[in-house]
Amino acid sequence: MHVPDGFLDAPTSVATGVVAAAAVGVALRKARTELDDRTAPMAGLVAAFVFAAQMINFPVGAGTSGHLMGGALAAVLVGPWTGLLCVSVVLVVQALFMADGGITALGTNVVLIGVVTALVGYVVFRALQAVLPRRVATVAPSAAVAAFVSVPVAAAVFSLLFAIGGTAPVDAGRVLTAMLGWHVLIGIGEAVVTGLVVGAVVAVRPDLVRGARPLVEARELEIRTVAA
Amino acid sequence: MGAAHGHRLHHHGHSAVHRAPAHLKILALVGFVLLVVATPREWYVAFPAYLAVVVGVVLTARVPLLWIVRRMVVEVPFLVFAALVPFVAHGPRTEVLGLSVSEPGLVAAWGLAVKATLGVMASLTLAATTEPVDVLRGLRRLHVPSLMVEIMSFMLRYLDVVTADLGRMLTAMRSRGCDPRSPRHWPALARSLGALFIRSYERGERVHLAMLSRGYTGSLPTGADQ
Repeated sequence: MHVPDGFLDAPTSVATGVVAAAAVGVALRKARTELDDRTAPMAGLVAAFVFAAQMINFPVGAGTSGHLMGGALAAVLVGPWTGLLCVSVVLVVQALFMADGGITALGTNVVLIGVVTALVGYVVFRALQAVLPRRVATVAPSAAVAAFVSVPVAAAVFSLLFAIGGTAPVDAGRVLTAMLGWHVLIGIGEAVVTGLVVGAVVAVRPDLVRGARPLVEARELEIRTVAA
Repeated sequence: MGAAHGHRLHHHGHSAVHRAPAHLKILALVGFVLLVVATPREWYVAFPAYLAVVVGVVLTARVPLLWIVRRMVVEVPFLVFAALVPFVAHGPRTEVLGLSVSEPGLVAAWGLAVKATLGVMASLTLAATTEPVDVLRGLRRLHVPSLMVEIMSFMLRYLDVVTADLGRMLTAMRSRGCDPRSPRHWPALARSLGALFIRSYERGERVHLAMLSRGYTGSLPTGADQ
């Protein structure tokens, strides 16, 4: 669920807006190094994919449903900066054209769903790849764990923002417990879907998965002959 | 620039609000919602005045009010959350309809609901009266980085293509007895999403090649001369 207008007070909204603008500014520059002059069409199409993937709801329990945030998924598939950019663009389009997520909360949403999930997801993914055996089969499980970690971290950052600039007199500790409990459940769904999607792409086109690129490039050409 | 076809939330019209420059409308929207958010929720008279402003703009734009109201379902989950606040908030308790609720929580819930509603109504008004191409042009005039605007324009242009692709995949899954929502069929869903990613990525590559063959050098014509 996106944060709407009026949930955080005006100073906090403006502050997160500044942070979001700075992060997107850095990402715009870094994405050029990931995609060079293909950035605009490629990031646009990946953003459309993230939007489509977010349309699929999955049941979380108690009759409610959650949907994919896609930050960690995008970071593993196309790289952290392009991924951050794609999810942020999705959020801007949703706020401006679909009234989904508040206009003043746009900075908050970009920070939480774009910046935190993409960067945390990618850091966790890289850390796991560094310790796991260097095999392509480890990419999908690492992506799943990265996605699982990224969601509760985003929820924790939200609780922190709520403690600073929240507009409801609810105990900050209670918000943190509720948010974490809920988002661990959502994180499980996010992890399973992310892991399966990355696994599906790795199986067909491992060269497209940015996170698998070091492993794919290290592969040597194998020539197998059948004994006559 | 393509994307001339109307947008799902766009309500075609020729009113003064439709014709107003997009960058001014975006500034007005951000300023208005920021003002609403900054207004203390205890200033009860301010909010009907804000509502009157939004309704006034909607009526000037000759967009049916019901059209706006029907598209406000997007904020329903949030209203449910706001309704829960009085029960979990701290502070002195009071009785409403025989239920014990927190008094500051009740005020907070009012604030959350009214501010979110005004925000959604104002955003819907912008979306209803402004073509996506004009919003993008407005953002460019407001000095949003051109790369960002280009990415948005590509996303908007291919959004319907990609979501329709996904729709066909889901139809194909259902016709084979799969339920995309059920965790039991997540492996099949994930393979579809993986295929959707590969298709989108490869489409991006083809679009880029097509752009290069038409003389793309790294930045798009802005359409500012139109």
